[in-house]
Order: sequence, then C-alpha cells, then structure tokens
Amino acid sequence: MSPENYLYLSALLFTIGACGVLIRRNAIVVFMCIELMLNAANLALVAFSRMHGNLDGQIAAFFVMVVAAAEVVVGLAIIVMLYRSRHSASVDDASLMKL
Amino acid sequence: MSSDVSSLVTLAQTEPVFPEIQWAALSPTLIVLGAATLGILVEAFVPRRARYATQLVLSVLALAAAFSAVIVLAVGDYGTSEALIAGAGAIAVDGPALFLQGVLALVALVSVFLFAERRLDPAEHGRPVDSFAAQPAALPGGPAEQQAVRAGWMTTDVFPLLLFATGGMMIFPAANDLLVLFIALEVLSLPLYMLCALARRRRLLSQEAAVKYFLLGAFASAFLLFGIALLYGYAGSLGYARIAAVIGGTPPELDPALAATMGNDALLLIGGAMVLMGLLFKVGAVPFHMWTPDVYQGAPTPVTGFMAAATKVAAFGALLRLLYVVLPGLRWDWEPVLWGVAILSMVAGAVIAITQTDVKRLLAYSSIAHSGFILAGVIAVSPDGVSSALFYLAAYSFVTLGAFAVVTLVRDPQGEATHLSKWAGLGRRSPLLAGVFALFLLAFAGIPLTSGFAGKFAVFRAAADAGAMGLVVVGVAASAIAAFFYVRVIVLMFFSDPQPGGPSVVIPSPLTVSVVGLAAVVTLVLGIAPQYFLDLAGQAGVFVQQAAATAR
Repeated sequence: MSPENYLYLSALLFTIGACGVLIRRNAIVVFMCIELMLNAANLALVAFSRMHGNLDGQIAAFFVMVVAAAEVVVGLAIIVMLYRSRHSASVDDASLMKL
Repeated sequence: MSSDVSSLVTLAQTEPVFPEIQWAALSPTLIVLGAATLGILVEAFVPRRARYATQLVLSVLALAAAFSAVIVLAVGDYGTSEALIAGAGAIAVDGPALFLQGVLALVALVSVFLFAERRLDPAEHGRPVDSFAAQPAALPGGPAEQQAVRAGWMTTDVFPLLLFATGGMMIFPAANDLLVLFIALEVLSLPLYMLCALARRRRLLSQEAAVKYFLLGAFASAFLLFGIALLYGYAGSLGYARIAAVIGGTPPELDPALAATMGNDALLLIGGAMVLMGLLFKVGAVPFHMWTPDVYQGAPTPVTGFMAAATKVAAFGALLRLLYVVLPGLRWDWEPVLWGVAILSMVAGAVIAITQTDVKRLLAYSSIAHSGFILAGVIAVSPDGVSSALFYLAAYSFVTLGAFAVVTLVRDPQGEATHLSKWAGLGRRSPLLAGVFALFLLAFAGIPLTSGFAGKFAVFRAAADAGAMGLVVVGVAASAIAAFFYVRVIVLMFFSDPQPGGPSVVIPSPLTVSVVGLAAVVTLVLGIAPQYFLDLAGQAGVFVQQAAATAR
C-alpha cells in the first residue's frame, strides 16, 4: 500500500478529532478527541518518515507519545477536579466568567 | 538460516558517534530546569515547615544564576559574532534567543516574589497564607480543605512549576528544530495549566480557567503538531535550516521522495499555516484570543502576571524565529495573513476592552491589543523590526507584571476587588498605589516618557520603514481608542468619590513592594532613556542560521 493512503487516513482522523472538540460537550470526550488529533499527527509523522526513508519522524512520534501521556496526567487531574466541585464535566456548564 | 539470524541483529559501530553538545551555551536553560527538578525533590524530602523558605531561596538563586549565565554568554559575544547552533542542531544560541532568555529569567525572578507574597490575606489559624490553595486536590470548602488550612499546608509546588514553565519558555524562542519547538511548547504550557487551577480564593473560577486554558491550549498544540508533521513531510527533516533550504528550492541533496514532496505546495502552505496558528494562539492574537480574558480573570493573579508577561515574550520569540529563519521563502504568503491578524488584534482588543468592567479582563483585552502592536514590528521583516519587537517585549513584560502586582493589593473581604466600580476613588485613599497603577496604564497607552511610548514608537517606525503604512495608521488609531479606556480608569481612580464599603489597599511585604517598584523603575527608565536598551536590542536582532549543507 502506498504511503499516501496513510496520510489520507491521518487527515481524516485529525478532522474527526477537531470536529469532536468543537461539537462534544463532555470535557473528557473533548480531551479524547484532542488525543485523537495528536495520534493523527503521529500517523502522519511515521508515514512521512517511511516516505523519506529517514527516522526523524519516528523519533518525533515517540516524543509526541510521551508528551501526550504527560498531557493526560495534567488534563485528567484538572478535569476531575472540575467534576468534583461541580458534579458535571460539561464544558458548557463552566461559564461563570461569561459577561 | 544464517540470513534469518543476521536480520535480527545489527552490527555495532566500531567508533560510537556522540553528538557534540555545547553545555556552556545551554547553561541558562539547564540551570533553570535543573533547579526545577531539585525543587520537586525538595517537595518530596524536606519537612513541610522548611519547604517554603527552601523553595523560595532555590528558585531565586536558580533564576539569578540563569540570568548571570545569559549575561556571561552575551558578554562572550555569543549573541553576535560567536552565535552558534548548540545540541546537534536543536537549539540556537544567538542574539534574539539570549535577549529573550535574559528577559524571561528576570520576569520569572520577579514573579517568584509575587508567588511568595504571604501578607495579602489575613493569617489563618496563626499562619500566613499565600495566593495558592492549601490543598488544591480537595473540594473547595470541603472538610479536607478545611483540615489542610487548619494544618497550615501550603502548595509550595508552585515554585518548581514556575521554574519548569520558565525552562520551557527559555527553550521556546531558541528552538532550531520543530520537534524541540513542540516539546518546549508543552513544557511551558503544562505547568501553566496547573498553576491556573490553584487559586486560594474563588476556586471555581480558577478551576474553570484551568479547564478552558487546558482544552483550548491542547487543541492549539494539536494543530501545531499536525503542522509540524506536514512540514516534515514537505522537507523530509525537522531542522529549521534544512526546511528553509528546501523551501528556497536548494536542498543539500535530492532524492526521489524529496523531489516528489517538494513539488507539493499544499503540504508546505497548510503545514506552515497550522504551525503559525499554534504560535498565534500562545501569543493571544485575534482570532485565537478566546481563552485570554477568561484565563487571565480566573487564574490566581500572580500566575496571571507571570503568564501574561512571560508567555508572550517566549511565544513571540518562537514566532519571530519561525518566520525569519524557516519561512522567509513564504514571505509573500504569510505577510498578508499576519497583516490581517495584527489589524484584527489591535482593533478588537482595543474596542472590546472599552466594555469591560473587570480589571483583569480589561488587562487581558489590552494584552490582545498589544499582541497586534508587536505583530506590526514582526511584519516589518527587517533588523529594525526584530529589535523593535524585542524591545517592546522587554518593556511590555515589566509593565504587565507591575500592573498585575498592583491588582493583588486592592482587596475587600472577599479577596481581590477586581470589579472596576470598586476602584472608584482609590487615588484619594491611597495616592501612591493609584499613582503607580496610573503610570502602568499610561505605559500601556503609550504616553511619552514611559516605556510603552518608546516601544510603540520603535515598532511603528520599523513597520513604516518597511512600507506597512496602513498597519501604522490602524495601529495609531487603535492606540487612541485604547488610551481612552486607560484614561477612563485613571479618571475613575482620581476624580470620583470613593464608595462606602469599598476595597482597601493592603500593606504588602517587601516582596511585592520590590516587584511594583522594579516594574515602575523599568517603565520610567525605558521611557526616559531608551536608547541604550534599543541599541542592545538592535545588537541582538540577528538570527543565526545553520548552513544547510551541514544541517541534518
């Protein structure tokens, strides 16, 4: 299979993730959609790495995985904290600061 | 059989190749990150009572050492003739990087004082308290939190978090590789997300700010990352020099894969746009500014001050390097886009700020407008443009820090009194504080004899010299609109009657006094005698670029 198909898949995944972030209300689901976007970028990096025949993209993918893990740690902590004080993880409910 | 086995092993290189890393040139960042790691160990091993003092001393020493290291490097001509690419092509040590690292180290040092202030709130259970929650994980107002407050716990983790964020910020403008850019972005962002959630008072607002900042920040960094992937696909490398060479049409060597992707301008244009989007989000430019007012309002005010001052410096540094080193070949494509972004930021920031009733939100919209002003210098694409943007960043960061430091001092029983109506008549009750705040507002507005004027003048002159007269006209008009609401606050403070039951100004410890004093002195000095610092920024205004042939 030619590497281009992987790129189409990664663009599709990225778009699904971006739409999810904009549409979904639950903070956890929004966060999962962001993770999907990061993974789409990983897929693109690895596919390009294969196309160009060098390893830079694959190394980058490893770094991205570590960063994504760190982001999960911070993000889930913040979202769980919000949930515990409001009993809701809905992004729309967090609107105390609207003018 | 033997071929099966040999495919499972790889031959060891007889002579291992170690990348050459110039430790001395990287020392400012390494000191800060090392101290941050040490700070985490302090949290683990030092008894609770001694932690505050230990962390404070450690952070101050580390940032002072980092600043001295920057000075030593700059004196050693690393900023000009000795500029180099350290760490196997990953990090640039040149004028703009050193200048911004110096500013960042100073801003962080001053922010540490704000973080450490413990005389603003009345002491609870006989122990002084700072601006951060006693036990951030506990429910606000719940039994666990009350217990933590009674026990006098403090979240001293804020100091290592600040150091980590500062470390990331110091790498950000120096990154010479897209991967390093991404890592630096995350290293600076993740601690900031957490710091936003830690307010002692108004925890719900603070948590909301953290969630909004986190979700939108992660969304923007995902865009940045996908843009990085596309640029990598276009150029076959993550290094800035190599990408610039491929964009310029002169790659060091050409293979069939590169020849195929090089012809695909969609990869380049979409990738470049997405990376720019991620950076403009951090800068807080319209239309990527939505997070700014909410996060600035909800975060603990010392954190807001640090974030507003330092993030902008770091993000503009990264933006400048990306535009000038990687994408100069695309100038005709990004210039009109940035024109639009700059005009939108200036006008929208200034106009929306007029309607604000909260001091922190007001300062947030003013920071959006200032992003637009700095972008005008960025668009100039000339040595003057770089140096004026650098000077503006240095001036702006201290004014911002001072303004937010003043906001922490005006309090009523509920905590900080940030509603503008409560500031009425403040100038009669505490003329000194109101006077200093008026100075900062005048600097924001760009009135002569303040650093804001010198910065704005430099930026607009650079833009005008580069032929961007339209931008200058819009910028001056936006400044006039902005001056209106700054002056309105000054009038409110000095010429209206104080309300009964209004806020009082607390007498802070020398920590906050020194922050406000230093910010005021910097504002005046940069305003009255800017030439030395303009020259300094001018000397620092040249980016180093690796020869493409030696780049990976």
